[in-house]
Amino acid sequence: MHTLKQQWFGNVRADILAGIVVGLALIPEALAFAFIVGVDPRVALYASFAIAVITSFVGGRPGLISAATGAMALVLVNLMADHGLQYVLAATVLTGVIQFILGWLGVANLMRFIPNSVMLGFVNALGIMIFITQLPYLRGHDAMTFIFAIATLILVYAVPRFFTAIPAPLIAIVVMTGIALISGVTLQTIGDLGKMPNSLPTFFLPDIPFNLETLKIIFPYSLALSIVGLLESLLTSQVLDDMTDTESDKNREARGQGIANFFTGFFGGMAGCALIGQSMINIKSGGRGRLSTFTAGAFLMFLIIVLGDVVVKIPMPVLAGVMIMVAATTFNWSSFKFLKQAPKTESVVMLITVAIILYTHNLAIGVVVGVILSSLFFVANISRVTVTQDSNIYKIKGPLFFASTTKFIQSFRDVKEKDIIIDFEDSQLWDESSVGAIIKVKQKLEEEGATVTIRGLNSSSEQLYGKLL
Amino acid sequence: MKIAVAIDGSQNALRAAKHAIALAQLYPEAQLDIIYVADYNKAKDERLLSQNEESLLLKRKQKADPVLNMARVAGVSAKMTLLKGNPSQEIINYVNAEAMDQLVLGSRGLNTFQEMVLGSVSHKVMKHVDCPVTVVK
Repeated sequence: MHTLKQQWFGNVRADILAGIVVGLALIPEALAFAFIVGVDPRVALYASFAIAVITSFVGGRPGLISAATGAMALVLVNLMADHGLQYVLAATVLTGVIQFILGWLGVANLMRFIPNSVMLGFVNALGIMIFITQLPYLRGHDAMTFIFAIATLILVYAVPRFFTAIPAPLIAIVVMTGIALISGVTLQTIGDLGKMPNSLPTFFLPDIPFNLETLKIIFPYSLALSIVGLLESLLTSQVLDDMTDTESDKNREARGQGIANFFTGFFGGMAGCALIGQSMINIKSGGRGRLSTFTAGAFLMFLIIVLGDVVVKIPMPVLAGVMIMVAATTFNWSSFKFLKQAPKTESVVMLITVAIILYTHNLAIGVVVGVILSSLFFVANISRVTVTQDSNIYKIKGPLFFASTTKFIQSFRDVKEKDIIIDFEDSQLWDESSVGAIIKVKQKLEEEGATVTIRGLNSSSEQLYGKLL
Repeated sequence: MKIAVAIDGSQNALRAAKHAIALAQLYPEAQLDIIYVADYNKAKDERLLSQNEESLLLKRKQKADPVLNMARVAGVSAKMTLLKGNPSQEIINYVNAEAMDQLVLGSRGLNTFQEMVLGSVSHKVMKHVDCPVTVVK
């Protein structure tokens, strides 16, 4: 791990340039995420600024870009609709507390228990949901709305083939907004739906009653936000570790996400986490250090304050076009190949994770159910025990533990031999129930007048057997 | 004689590798360097399709295994080099930095439209490497 000075100033020029590119790339999505939740653009822009700047200091993965995100926005939709902005801010603060505690407890070590089928389900459902959120800006409007959305989409995909220095979504937005202003067509704009900020965020306490009732309302949301935020942040950290061939402190990243959300809530911003897309843009643009993340946040705020009056003129179908691209990029298109090639149980876990998220509109529930389901499949899979008989020798193959003992006992139902050897060479005893099962079988056979010899226990099985007998 | 061959696990790359091995057999001292570039643009999807970083590393190493085996059978000394980034840029940087004597590439056989959309790796590499390049069709 590099020294702090190196993490900040080891790559100054490239970090600043990449940070500027990322700052530009953050704006369209932050605006769109605000509309998903149903808050003023200000709430998402302040969040992106605060989260990026704070995580640049306290995060565990240098170069990671955190800001307002679609995944977190989707969790907040119902809270905003039912209780309003002040509760969204309070939930953000509480999310920070939960994430910090989880990071302190070493939550990142649990990431290994989340199978990639669940992660695939997570990103695929996220892509689908982001796509769905954009439909209201397209459906039920005039033909011009569709034309602008499709033209934006074409630009977003075509521009990178010729020019990559500036993020394509931004070029598309500038060009299409220009066309809209010059041609004078009337389209729904950002200004029609919300106000842009013209000042830096200020510190204030969310205006909520500080009682148990409030906690009951916000806690489920904060818990879901914590899970979703940590999942996406740690996944993104892993992707960046791989891209840069460096390691990072994931628990520090978890605590950093917590600190960032905690303060962001007080600055009037909504909860956020790491963004995979923007983080990859950062690395591809040469960003490696903490300075790149800091620059991204600071530059975003600068642009918004200077250009706020222009931003309100961006037509909504243009923003929707950009977001459809974001949704398509979020979705993992190799998943179809995965469904064909992966073991059936993994495909099932992936599909169920997607289905639950789309049904409940809650990414966290889908992930939790997916993890439980895949654990059960894993146990079922590993608990296969086979007993093969070779005259009076019974060979046990497979681990013996609480899930596999029934099968083991059943295999000795009709034994006719009188001098029996049970061979555990290809097996392993894991727990009390495995020793219990052996004793039960032994007892039953001896009652039937047979002699039983146990052999082939490896040393740890032997130890367990001797200890519990 | 330092010979490099860039592979991506495709059939075209395998043909290129066969050619590179045949070439290396002509020089008793030849060293074959099998280059695989993990594309930054696929970093997220590759990570999601692997259970953990160890299985991801294994999958990448397996791309070069058939070529390494062919080289062993042919009696050519060979090693794999794993790079990360933009494929054409990484190949150019590495081949020039290592002062390779010969680079062998497979052609993806794209038509004009695909080339416009996807961009030709072989074309860009040919333009910028310092050594002779063979593109195998």
